[in-house]
Amino acid sequence: MSETVRKSVLAVGPFHPLQEEMEFFQLTVDGETVTDINVRLSYNHRGIEKLSETLQFDQIPFLVSRICGICSASHPLAYVQAVEEIAQVEVPERALYVRTIINELERIHSHLLWVGLAGHFIGYDTVFMWAWKYREPVLDLLEEITGNRNNYGNVKVGGCREDVPDELKPKILAELDVIEQKTEMLTKAVLDDPVLHARLKGVGILKKDDAVKFAVTGPTARGSGVDIDVRHDDTYAAYGALDWKVISQPEGDVFAKAVVRLLETFESIKMVREALRKLPKGPVAAEVKEIPPGEGCGHAEAPRGETFHYVRSDGGNRPVRHKVRAPSYVNVPSFKASCIGEHIADVTLTLAAVDPCYSCTERVAVVDGRRQVVHNYASLLQLSREKTARLRKEIGAPEMKLEDL
Amino acid sequence: MIREELDRRLAEVEEKLIGIERTRDNRIYLLCDAENVYSICQFLFDELALRFVISSGVDAEHCFEVLHHFSADACGCVVTVKAFIRDRAAPEIESITPLIPGAEWIEREMHDILGIHFKNHPNLQRLILHDDWPQGVYPLRKEVQL
Amino acid sequence: MNWKMWSLKKSVWVFHVNCGACNNCDIEIVNLLTPKFDVERFGIKLVGSPRHADALLVTGVGTKQAARRLQEVYRQTAKPCVVFCMGACACGTGIFEGAYHVAGPVDEVVKEVDPNAIIAYVPGCPPKPEAMISGVVKALAAI
Repeated sequence: MSETVRKSVLAVGPFHPLQEEMEFFQLTVDGETVTDINVRLSYNHRGIEKLSETLQFDQIPFLVSRICGICSASHPLAYVQAVEEIAQVEVPERALYVRTIINELERIHSHLLWVGLAGHFIGYDTVFMWAWKYREPVLDLLEEITGNRNNYGNVKVGGCREDVPDELKPKILAELDVIEQKTEMLTKAVLDDPVLHARLKGVGILKKDDAVKFAVTGPTARGSGVDIDVRHDDTYAAYGALDWKVISQPEGDVFAKAVVRLLETFESIKMVREALRKLPKGPVAAEVKEIPPGEGCGHAEAPRGETFHYVRSDGGNRPVRHKVRAPSYVNVPSFKASCIGEHIADVTLTLAAVDPCYSCTERVAVVDGRRQVVHNYASLLQLSREKTARLRKEIGAPEMKLEDL
Repeated sequence: MIREELDRRLAEVEEKLIGIERTRDNRIYLLCDAENVYSICQFLFDELALRFVISSGVDAEHCFEVLHHFSADACGCVVTVKAFIRDRAAPEIESITPLIPGAEWIEREMHDILGIHFKNHPNLQRLILHDDWPQGVYPLRKEVQL
Repeated sequence: MNWKMWSLKKSVWVFHVNCGACNNCDIEIVNLLTPKFDVERFGIKLVGSPRHADALLVTGVGTKQAARRLQEVYRQTAKPCVVFCMGACACGTGIFEGAYHVAGPVDEVVKEVDPNAIIAYVPGCPPKPEAMISGVVKALAAI
């Protein structure tokens, strides 16, 4: 970049008014175009890996389920798989199915959550309200099975804590029918809308070779044509016995990621149904006496991508090292590839497309030479919505007031 | 890449290794000295096209260990490069970020919490500890008690 | 009751502050705005700036990096205001007690700036949306 190019720095974060976590982005912009991006973490660093070394093996699932509220089934699952690898535990078959059911229900509500948020960012609050309304029954089902809407605390080394009661099966199946029907409606509303096509296609493209270099996982990778999925590649729980397919899209833009997530929701619904039908009889937990010295790697496919846990034991009752890698940790740095060259109005959406555990922006200060103009969250959202409105007009969609968007 | 092919290709780097451990069917650990870590990772990433998963830094009693985990998605195998850093006073190892941009954050993190220095890292700034964290205190080392 | 407190209790506008939470409480807070719970019926609204807010909904343990930012947000909030500690972490650091990067609990962090801050607690991990509504109602009835 030559020195004559106007360089402004845009600070995004660390607090945002939506639900998300704290994160601090510095976008370097040239006019409307983003030329560089820098991130500062630490706001959410709680020192879980160190804390884990002070807890006993059977206490840790409760700690790791609190790493992320929406992946609170996948983290403990990856952890117990690592420990089961060290201890060579044979997990009862019914427990494997119960784990599958909980994890897929989690994926359904997480993907619906993302669709809602994405709708909110581009100014389709109707989608936001719908998606969040239809994910409520899933949370209620999870509460009935495990006792909590989130943070299920259901897996333990050697099996599961709570079983899926047989008398709950008809209710789950009935709810799934409703959820499937609603998701279908939502999918049609999203995928057939010409405005959304115009707004989401070609935005925030993550090319396939960038996806490989940044080692991204989950829907972020699958939306870029890298068809990796731990459930399929290193099959665990009961995924090997179920009939489902890995969804992937080659384009790499925000639209592709939306398509991947929506279609995956249907696969998940299918999987829960099949798992309920095949649910074998028997106990849900094996007894584990002690954990021998050794090391193990466990990974599981969380809604956002691969969750990886490395555990090392010295034969005591606490791990000597427990490394956790959440999917966002590798997905987030891929912004460097997907945001650069984009417009500021698209950054919110591109950041959101990864479904990181943060994505919304507020209190943005545009520093332009010595003058300082302060944008806030509302004006950034406004930018994004204005673009949607402009596109509507261009393609001749019926006019809407900006406030209605 | 099927499993047999992976095993066959891994034999190509055998002279750089201290040993190979197989703890389970699809878990392979390649043990090596810190000096060889870059060339082994290069082989795994460029030649075998394995996916980089993450690295773990471990404070073992007499040395530090840096584990680079790779995944061979075609056969579901996790290949871990375990490098030993014997110099506890000034732990140092070659960075793999120039090779794999996705490793930038984790190396900065290990630098923060274990005090391992990564040679040739493009941007070894503080990542996850807070702004006022004292210099020279590394929370994940064993001498730091909660 | 002076008029400031009287007016505080009508149509409470809230600003959401996450200072190191696991996202669970945060999502349940957003859940409150969506059709099933819909607290906007009661005039409760999530706003984009602490300067517009009557109450802070604080979630998370209060990590060392976040603590000073939380204090800054508290300073910017129009007074009088109520600080709600949402969830076990905010109430007493919960499962993260004693971790090296934790400065919380939230009430102590806030009291460093203002010893007379009005603080309300909603425990739970995460508290159910119903519990959050009930906590807000009880706190407003008490002040």
